Amino acid sequence: MKFGVVVFPGSNCDHDCYHVLKHVLKKDAEFVWHKDRDVSKFDCIVLPGGFSYGDYLRTGAIARFSPVMEAVKKHAEKGKLVIGICNGFQVLLEAGLLPGAMLRNESLKFICKFVTLRVESTDSPFTKKAKKGGLLRIPVAHGEGNYFADAGTLAELNKNSQVLVRYVDNPNGSLENIAGICNKERNVFGLMPHPERASEEELGSTDGRRIFESIIEHCGTR
Amino acid sequence: MKAKVYVTLKRSVLDPQGKAVQHALSSMGFGEVKDVRVGKFIELDLGSGDKTQAEQKIKSMCEKLLANTVIEDFKYELN
Repeated sequence: MKFGVVVFPGSNCDHDCYHVLKHVLKKDAEFVWHKDRDVSKFDCIVLPGGFSYGDYLRTGAIARFSPVMEAVKKHAEKGKLVIGICNGFQVLLEAGLLPGAMLRNESLKFICKFVTLRVESTDSPFTKKAKKGGLLRIPVAHGEGNYFADAGTLAELNKNSQVLVRYVDNPNGSLENIAGICNKERNVFGLMPHPERASEEELGSTDGRRIFESIIEHCGTR
Repeated sequence: MKAKVYVTLKRSVLDPQGKAVQHALSSMGFGEVKDVRVGKFIELDLGSGDKTQAEQKIKSMCEKLLANTVIEDFKYELN
């Protein structure tokens, strides 16, 4: 299988993702420039963290209009996998590939620390190797991770088990402690915590690998 | 022709920035301030053209990019 890691101007976790996929998990991975219009050779697209387009206007608001996002939308429509991490999650929300929006953290502070996540559903290509109700220690680093959706959307997310991970201790004011959600079709996943920063022993946790390994297993057995 | 666009968080959405400003004002002695909402002001120079058309375009710009209608409301003036 092959991962494509999108590089927007201002992405800063692109190399971390690439490193984990290529050197830690030994999978084929390539960078994809934001001006590229063809992502058909990839099985899974990674939208990494960072500050795409300087977070101008709103986080992810400008990035969603990059040429590559048209291709990412088509990729998702085919049922192929997309994972958005942190700023990547914000881009997916702005692009309408996932429902809801991000608000500033309730504390107004940029929060950068390890948090504990509870896995709410393992029925997804992104969490199938985790345990339902199991805990993952993965760091967050964001100023706008306060997830918001209207009551109807929220009810829909819960009804379809689209909330894949929740914070055990809510760091940012997110509705219902939501840390990561997938779409109804379950092939697009966005989360604020950074699994690529928790994939090696020397970084204090390897729980993030569970997410990448789920993707790899899913693509391998397709 | 210039367009002035105002983007604000919806009433139903908590505005942490507004809350912080309100607290600051209150601690400065402006206790009469009951609520603060912080928004964005965007000015667009549209050159010359048809006003009705411009209005439609502004609306489309707001819906597609300038505001996120999941959390924000917008209004505009054209003159």
